[in-house]
Amino acid sequence: MASFGKGIPDQIKRLSVVVILVLAAFFIGRMLLIPRDFGRYDHFRASALFDVASQEVEFAGQDICTECHDDISSQKANGYHQGLSCETCHGPAAKHTESPDEVTPFKPSGREYCPICHAYLASRPTGFPMIIVESHNPMKACTVCHNPHDPKPPQIPRGCEACHAEIARTKAVSHHVYIPCTRCHQTPEEHKVNPRTYRPDKPKTREFCGACHAEGSTEAPEAIKIDISTHGGRYVCWQCHYPHLPEAR
Amino acid sequence: MHELYAILREITGYIYPNEVELHWGILIVVYPYITGLVAGAFILASLVKVFNVKEVQPTYRLSLLTALAFLIVAPMPLLAHLGHPERAYEIFLTPNRKSAMAMFGFVYAWYLMAVLLLEIWFDYRGDLIRLSQKEHGLKKWLHRIILLFSTDTSEESLKFDKKAVKFITVLGIPSAFLLHGYVGFIFGSVKANPWWSSVLMPIVFLFSAIVSGIALLLLIYMVTTLMRWKPIDMKCLDKLASFLFYMMIIDFSLEALDFLHRIYESEESIKILSQLVSSKLFVSLVVIQLLLGMILPLVALAATKLFPIPDELRRHIYFISALLVEVGIFTTRWNVVIGGQLFSKSFRGLTAYKMTLLGIEGLLMAIVLLLLPFLILYLLTLIFPPWPEAYETPAEAEATT
Amino acid sequence: MSKKAKRKQKKSRRDALKTLVKSSLLLFVPLDVPNDPKLAEELKENLGGYDPTKHLWGMGIQIERCIGCGRCAWACKTENKVPKEPFFFRTWVERYIVHRDGEITVDSPEGGIHGFQPITTERHILRSFFVPKLCNHCENPPCVQVCPVGATFRTPDGVILVDEEYCIGCRYCIQACPYGARYLHPEKRVADKCTFCYHRIVKGLAPACVEVCPTQARIFGDLKGRASPLVRFMRMNKINVLKPYLNTEPKVYYANLDMAVK
Repeated sequence: MASFGKGIPDQIKRLSVVVILVLAAFFIGRMLLIPRDFGRYDHFRASALFDVASQEVEFAGQDICTECHDDISSQKANGYHQGLSCETCHGPAAKHTESPDEVTPFKPSGREYCPICHAYLASRPTGFPMIIVESHNPMKACTVCHNPHDPKPPQIPRGCEACHAEIARTKAVSHHVYIPCTRCHQTPEEHKVNPRTYRPDKPKTREFCGACHAEGSTEAPEAIKIDISTHGGRYVCWQCHYPHLPEAR
Repeated sequence: MHELYAILREITGYIYPNEVELHWGILIVVYPYITGLVAGAFILASLVKVFNVKEVQPTYRLSLLTALAFLIVAPMPLLAHLGHPERAYEIFLTPNRKSAMAMFGFVYAWYLMAVLLLEIWFDYRGDLIRLSQKEHGLKKWLHRIILLFSTDTSEESLKFDKKAVKFITVLGIPSAFLLHGYVGFIFGSVKANPWWSSVLMPIVFLFSAIVSGIALLLLIYMVTTLMRWKPIDMKCLDKLASFLFYMMIIDFSLEALDFLHRIYESEESIKILSQLVSSKLFVSLVVIQLLLGMILPLVALAATKLFPIPDELRRHIYFISALLVEVGIFTTRWNVVIGGQLFSKSFRGLTAYKMTLLGIEGLLMAIVLLLLPFLILYLLTLIFPPWPEAYETPAEAEATT
Repeated sequence: MSKKAKRKQKKSRRDALKTLVKSSLLLFVPLDVPNDPKLAEELKENLGGYDPTKHLWGMGIQIERCIGCGRCAWACKTENKVPKEPFFFRTWVERYIVHRDGEITVDSPEGGIHGFQPITTERHILRSFFVPKLCNHCENPPCVQVCPVGATFRTPDGVILVDEEYCIGCRYCIQACPYGARYLHPEKRVADKCTFCYHRIVKGLAPACVEVCPTQARIFGDLKGRASPLVRFMRMNKINVLKPYLNTEPKVYYANLDMAVK
């Protein structure tokens, strides 16, 4: 043993003992402390995956509602709200599915809830049914006129602004305020009940706008006149101008 | 939670809702500052052993002890800021090989044990053996344990110590670069953050570290020499100041390069970053880091090189310049760490950092962590006396005075 | 000592040795997600019959359908017990307003949970729209890359999760996420984020945000599936992801993504 260490400086021998102790402590510590299931599937604790997966569910999901409320489901299935999940309006209902009698889901009433989606916001997509809450039957709860499971306008809307509030409000401050929507948009009657299937059209020719805006036109003398044979080349007018709020004032 | 509501009022533009809470606070400013000082102090020590700069020999042992004192404190701000400090050991158990941060434990342990402790052990061994022979009681035992009961003071073994020190220092330079360049890499590799994401980040960190380390040793050397009522070795001080000056020029050039590069490339983030620099970071970046912490000391140090300035005044210039540099480098860390979190990753808005005074991540904690190394350094000088007078016999001491 | 006890002791010693070797290897050798059928079977058993190796989850978002009602953000907080304060979101909705002069303003008041106020500016607006945001469950996730201890990980079916019992709360992942999708849970003191409602997926349910979205602006589905709403969405639209230049390869796909969105 003594001859084994010969030639190795005394310092190294002493330090080696410390190094070996440190390394041993390190590896034994690791052995004891690494979670057993770590690295089973990848660089993580396998049970973490199962922990996350075992979290409690709050929203029961559309399908289970149908099992008991098939009448409402079938009513909803053919209306505009067919894509809505019950819990969008009624809130998380997993507890209700477990003990239906003790736990009753939320039931929106009054005028607070529906405007979350249907109040007018300019950023909402065109054609999405929106109302100005303050002026739309301000004293009535939504459900007095609309059945939320099969929402329809109580009567077929008379004017376009019922749905196209954004455009109506824009047009109201433009020079085109007196022009009715249907003068430019040929609108099939079915559009009012089935808006996405039957769509209104748009003016197809330059001459359409030219009726007022072409040089020599006598209609609407205050309208700006241009030479429609040269102005704008091969484009139809609305491809550059926004007729609901024409930029020339 | 109410401090988050207060921040809501200071947001300009748009930030992602999860960005209201700023995650790396003052403690993460302290951390790279401290590791920078460690690396810088060690590089200075290596000048003596590897590059044979004889003038700075008086600071050699002081540098090693300073590096050790700061290295002991370095992980503390990290631990204190963790959400679960009690789980920190996991970094040794299951380090994620793909993570820059995972290597922290190993880089740290390597630097502490394989470099600093070893170098100090070999460098002090002979002296400590002599010292322990004259001592009694607790101190004797402490030294004997530290020596691992080594008693060999033969010519041969002392020669081996010298060789070992040199070898470890050579190994130590890349290790010091690794330690601090690595901290720079932790920031520089975050591609989501354009203020951090830069290949120059580790190098800038490194040179600012060297600058801060040299300045610190200059301060410590001056203060400890005065406290011992010994004359300051002006040759040593001049050399330190020279190194400080040259390193600052390199550091300044690198930072200027980084700055120019960003402006010239003018990427998507340039708008929000220039907003950041001209508003929230103006004082800490332009005024403190650049003017007070870099340009002013550079000019002052240049003046000492260009003009014959009397020793007394030169000492004052050095001292104040080094102090300014320390403040400057601290704000450099601040501007990186806090600055990088003051703008939204949506590049559309700026947020604010509200530092708390108390609490585990507060200002007081940061101050304590910045002062603690000096206390540790004091204790270390008791165990490992860095000055020659500690090893002189009374007769020798008489002869020198 | 009885023979049995001896054998038992030997076995436990062998197990300990195995763990030692394995744990040492863990430091240096990559452990790949095994294609081992035995492990897949075991996963299935632990997940109540759901086999994660057979799926790859993603989400499609039809921006032009989003009405900014914020039901998704509300449902997410409810389903996942996300802290109520407006600083912690697994999903949120942003509103973009592009002005005529090119300036773009964005807002997301309380993550959109309580909807949005009407635009009151006098300035000319070119376009405006809503964009739902959530964790992108990147194929190349920077958050998983930077986690020092392996507390955030990718499941075999492509979902990025956090191990709340292992996370040390260093918040490097929060810094590394380019999308602001992570936050520090104020009570648990660990990183937290969208799980794609993993607990719902394993039961065959859609994520809560998808479940309640009234306009089907969010389409959740299996990218490995043959015919599904998500596959149709991918077929019919020009698709973009957020910050594609960062090469994170998100699995949340946007149709009609505006260049203003970041």
